[in-house]
Amino acid sequence: MAELTLVEAVNQALAYEMAADENVVVLGEDVGVNGGVFRATAGLQERFGAERVIDTPLAETLIGGVAVGMAAQGLRPVAEIQFMGFIYPALDQMLSHASRLRTRTRGRLTCPMVLRAPYGGGIHAPEHHSESTEAIFAHVPGLRVVVPSSPSRAYGLLLAALRDPDPVVFLEPKRVYRLMKQEVLDDGEALPLDVCFVARAGQDVTLVSWGAMLHETLEAAEQLEAQGVNAEVLDVATLKPLDMRTILDSVSRTTRCVIVHEAARSGGLGAEIAAGLAEQGLMSLMAPVQRVTGYDTVIPLSRLESHYMPSVTRIVNAVKRALEFA
Amino acid sequence: MTKTTDSQIVARFEIEHTRYLDEQGQPCGELPEVAGNADLLRDAYRTMVLTRRYDGKALNLQRTGQIGTYGSSLGQEAVGIGFASAMTARDVLAPTYREFSAQLWRGVSITELLLYWGGDERGSDYSGPREDFPICVPIATHCCHAVGAAYAMKLRGEERAVVCVLGDGASSKGDFYESLNAAGVWHLPVVFIVINNQWAISVPRKRQSAAQTLAQKAIAGGIPGEQVDGNDFLAVHDRTAAALSKARAGGGAHLIEALTYRMGDHTTADDASRYRDAAEVEAHRADDPIARLRTFLEGRGLWDAQAEEALLKDCDQRIDKALEEYLATPPQPVEVLFDYLYAELPEALAEQRQQLLRESGDG
Repeated sequence: MAELTLVEAVNQALAYEMAADENVVVLGEDVGVNGGVFRATAGLQERFGAERVIDTPLAETLIGGVAVGMAAQGLRPVAEIQFMGFIYPALDQMLSHASRLRTRTRGRLTCPMVLRAPYGGGIHAPEHHSESTEAIFAHVPGLRVVVPSSPSRAYGLLLAALRDPDPVVFLEPKRVYRLMKQEVLDDGEALPLDVCFVARAGQDVTLVSWGAMLHETLEAAEQLEAQGVNAEVLDVATLKPLDMRTILDSVSRTTRCVIVHEAARSGGLGAEIAAGLAEQGLMSLMAPVQRVTGYDTVIPLSRLESHYMPSVTRIVNAVKRALEFA
Repeated sequence: MTKTTDSQIVARFEIEHTRYLDEQGQPCGELPEVAGNADLLRDAYRTMVLTRRYDGKALNLQRTGQIGTYGSSLGQEAVGIGFASAMTARDVLAPTYREFSAQLWRGVSITELLLYWGGDERGSDYSGPREDFPICVPIATHCCHAVGAAYAMKLRGEERAVVCVLGDGASSKGDFYESLNAAGVWHLPVVFIVINNQWAISVPRKRQSAAQTLAQKAIAGGIPGEQVDGNDFLAVHDRTAAALSKARAGGGAHLIEALTYRMGDHTTADDASRYRDAAEVEAHRADDPIARLRTFLEGRGLWDAQAEEALLKDCDQRIDKALEEYLATPPQPVEVLFDYLYAELPEALAEQRQQLLRESGDG
């Protein structure tokens, strides 16, 4: 079994499914000869040809829309947007078409496409390269929004996304691309979509996170363990549709909840989770739900970035506030 | 003056304009092959007339509240029937919202058109052309879909093509340029038909673009562009047929700008008299695409008053029958809101679906 980084796991899942299903095509800027700016598609064009691993013109609306047209014709396109900061021209296609094609034709045409993009901050990238705007997509009915947090999750969730009969926005935490290695068996086994994973079992407090922030959240849980606090950590993984049931089950046992995401706070997915807890889990809660998030500011350039990103300390402090509430 | 730099012309282009019949329906010169296909010409004429009768009926239905906001295609019938009759059943149409004529030709039923404009999604579940795209409302966004579908056809080695229809306003959008550009780079079997009806709601053609023709926009994408008289069925059919044959045979993409005129308001929610001179509209009334083809057919002994009378009767019967079907279509159950959102309803939405049933029941 090979030890893989997250970006290598993405590559392995793409290669597996391209070999298994001739309808899978990869398209995007620099995905072909260059293998993608992060190397996520490295070697694919060599192996599967330039007709199936397509270097597109530099045009993000086109990338999203071409994938919709391909999917309507029975292909399974995997479109890459180079950075989430450049995804917005394709948002029109995802919102106006990909998410609605099945509904508006009563199932006559469907849109089994995946839109991949590296997202999130913390790698000292240039301007417009650190956005974390997953909530924009998670607001759209008809889309799935999936975020892996580790190499093995990336492999299994991407395979599931590639086989899903509906459009999936697959956001890859680029800070984790090469942060860690895991043994990932190339067995073609997909992980389930639409469910939260329990990343760490515990009884005292539920920490909810996804993507890169799961790592700070797990580290906070370790620090809290040393202080006698046993935290449960949930990896949301599929942000849309949201598996509130697993979150509610966990909170019904722990009675306290801290939500961690690096996106700006207002209207972020944490607000949806907190609202779900207020609606359906209020009687379980012994303390107000805490949110540890990016601020409602423009994400700063690299020198101030660490002040914007939720830190382990901020998470630990939020957990203490939740625990101290009597 | 002394030349100080080594300058030379590195690119040139020309835009050809084709018409075979003049405004009076008289041949301008040598006619194309289709002019000899009496059956096709009669079918085309019949469907143009059916379109116009349907269009008039639909406007009345809107005024009496039996369908919603509606955009007439009055005056543009030759364009739609011209390109649609050049397509095969296996080709795919990516239409916008004024292409009833082409949709009728391709087997979309009048009942389905009424359902769509009457606010029922089942109107886009076409019983005829199963692979055609539904009407695209956000302007020019479907140009990218046409490129993607054409890519799929080329990848599979199929002898098929996509026809993407857009308006003069749509030719100002980035989606259109991105699509032309990619269709050129990838050498795809897609034909763009720009229906230049001179008005994008209230904005006239000359305020849409300073370009001399809209056809020349194709040149920048590396694909040929040409103009046709969009009120001349023979020209639209002949030039589209040539473009489609070339595209299906691997010859790449093409663009045709069809010049016509929007005789009606943009939609029933619009009042063109606020921004458009009535004299301009009247001047165009003399150039009617249906009358033009009829004159030509009559001149060749392919049509007469008796045939016309029978046709009008037949059209009205078909429309009345479709209207009956439309009005008798049972309503959709409310839970259908959820039933086509995903292939399978995610568990997370089961509660909302129940809530809808409960609350609609209460209502």
